Amino acid sequence: MPQVLLAIVVLPFVMSVVAWFTPVMFARYATMATGCGAFVLSVVLTSRVVHADVTAGGVLRADPLSIVFLLSVSFLYATTTMFSVGYVDVARTASGTRYGHRFYAGLNLFCWSLVVVPLVNGFALLWVAIEITTVVSALLVAIDDTDGSSEAAWKYVLLASLGLGIALLATILMYYAGTSVFGTAYDLSYVTLLHGAPEFPAAVVRLSFGLAVLGYGTKMGLFPVHTWLPDAHSEAPTPVSALLSGALLAVSFYAILRFFQIAVARLGPTFPREVLLVFGVATLLLASLSLLRQRDLKRLLAYSSMEHMGILSIGMSFAAPLAIFGVLLHVLAHAAAKGTAFFGVGSVVRKFATKDMTKVKGAIGFLPWSGWMLVAAVLALSAMPPFGLFRSEFLIVYGGFAHASTTAASLLVVLVTVAFFGLSWYTTQTMVSANAVSGEDVSATMRSGEISGWIVASMIVGLAALLLLGIHLPSELSLVIRSAARELGVG
Amino acid sequence: MTYSALSTYADVTDGLVVLVLLCEFAMLRAPLLRSQVRLYAFESLLVSVLAAYVATVKHIDALYVLALLSLLLKVILVPWLISRLLRDANANLAGSSVVGVASSILIAVVVAAFGFFVVGSLKISSRALPTSALGVAVAVILVAFVLIVLRTDVVSQAIGFFSLENGVSIASLVVAFGLPLVVEVAFLFDLLVAVVVFGVIMRVHHLRNDTLSTTDLDRLRG
Repeated sequence: MPQVLLAIVVLPFVMSVVAWFTPVMFARYATMATGCGAFVLSVVLTSRVVHADVTAGGVLRADPLSIVFLLSVSFLYATTTMFSVGYVDVARTASGTRYGHRFYAGLNLFCWSLVVVPLVNGFALLWVAIEITTVVSALLVAIDDTDGSSEAAWKYVLLASLGLGIALLATILMYYAGTSVFGTAYDLSYVTLLHGAPEFPAAVVRLSFGLAVLGYGTKMGLFPVHTWLPDAHSEAPTPVSALLSGALLAVSFYAILRFFQIAVARLGPTFPREVLLVFGVATLLLASLSLLRQRDLKRLLAYSSMEHMGILSIGMSFAAPLAIFGVLLHVLAHAAAKGTAFFGVGSVVRKFATKDMTKVKGAIGFLPWSGWMLVAAVLALSAMPPFGLFRSEFLIVYGGFAHASTTAASLLVVLVTVAFFGLSWYTTQTMVSANAVSGEDVSATMRSGEISGWIVASMIVGLAALLLLGIHLPSELSLVIRSAARELGVG
Repeated sequence: MTYSALSTYADVTDGLVVLVLLCEFAMLRAPLLRSQVRLYAFESLLVSVLAAYVATVKHIDALYVLALLSLLLKVILVPWLISRLLRDANANLAGSSVVGVASSILIAVVVAAFGFFVVGSLKISSRALPTSALGVAVAVILVAFVLIVLRTDVVSQAIGFFSLENGVSIASLVVAFGLPLVVEVAFLFDLLVAVVVFGVIMRVHHLRNDTLSTTDLDRLRG
């Protein structure tokens, strides 16, 4: 089935070019169609990969692990483009049209790079693809051209590039590790390296893995190299924030997992687990505490993303098959939940014209649909049943208690609870409480009503996916996740 | 190769790599942004020459292409782009630093020595270059970090990132000289894109703030 694989990789790129040259009104619907098309193709590909890996020309390869990440990315591609139709204001002025062209060309290009990351076959191309995600998304962070967005874009492009510089060093060292088995010239494909990994020099693999976690961890938002993350998430246009949070962080985690495979094959599980545990706990701790003192709605969600990245790292460090199944499910569920939450926040921000939570009160009264769905999405992010994140976090914690460290698993539970308090406190304050508003009353002159039906539709799709993941995991998806967990080769 | 030819080769390559490190230190103390850009161009020239020299002595033809590309891109194109930005900005041409020159050099020396000896202890060996080159390459990378951390203007920080990439280039010459050419070209192409994006964002920053300094980039926090 290489045609499907090729189509997924080619379509978004073509759409990006088309969006640049066609009228914005056409481009935004065509983008939505492309996003949905990419998701459908991913589902088709999933049904193939259940039976056997799909490759195309040695450069592209879809195996169960990459499918998990491809599904997260393409799902967000579909819902975000749907959300954008309702959210992005493309006025019929010259500057509005110019903005629309830039935005839709950039959005498609960003999604293209995100889709490519899990599908390339090899560490070098992986690095190249992730570098492309960085440069495209940095431009998208800066696109609103405000003081805040230019500051956030500068921090982001500088820190992420430095991180990728380190990741490049990790890639080169991995290449060097392979030369002891394959000679000086070979390709860096995953299968090749995995076969030879047991013969690699241990010190080099250890160094390479450490640098990869630090380097790609910069893009994943791991402490202490996370500092760009809250700024970029809060200053980017909301559709871009959703993609950064649900897809970009995830594919960076994917890169770390590829290094993890090699490291486990050579060093055994202990060293990689410890590295991920340390980074994960530090990240989760910082994120949970930061969630307790926020004013900005989008920053709140940004720290929640860090919280979930911490959970993913800790979950991997448990290295129990059950926990790893949970981690991969968590990637999918987090993409759906965070996308939906950002769409809801986007709706609130549009309605109240501010991100400042102290100025938004009783938003549910003004946004009868998206308001409630935002509350539901935040509950889902806090791992409440019946949503997918409840299932995945439950599996991670259960796997931790059953097969790994009780201390780490207890710590995970405590910190996640702290994060839950922060997240739900602020959200109920903004959404539900109707207390007197401090300062000016922005809601006095507003009427109840949704910004756009497209926003509501994108949120319904997101919540439906979360319910599906939580209540009835499709059997093929379950099979794919199970084989991906086996691929990660621990336990 | 005879012993004396081997040692000449090692001496020349070591010399070039150490010169790169010295360039990095010079950037750290260069007061003018324009001189920093020139130093970067010279440093990149050294890296290109190193690649061409390794290609000649070790008969690795792919490295010629790499040397040529790196010459076009890093010695000519990138410095030209940044110089143009500086000319347009026309303000605040002296770089700035959070600590004095002496302290920053001292910090850099400590950091560089740390990197050199840590890598030395790993006992990585290579057919293409003496292993000491890898230690120096890592020292270059670490000094680039110092440059980025201590300088407070967008041009120095960008130059710091580009010179960090030079350090990675040397490291890849030492341990991954057989890396397929297409991959190397992809790396360089990516660098080009990154440079353009850095340029765009630097320009946006300058247009908004009318300065190249980063000291007022503290609105977003918490």
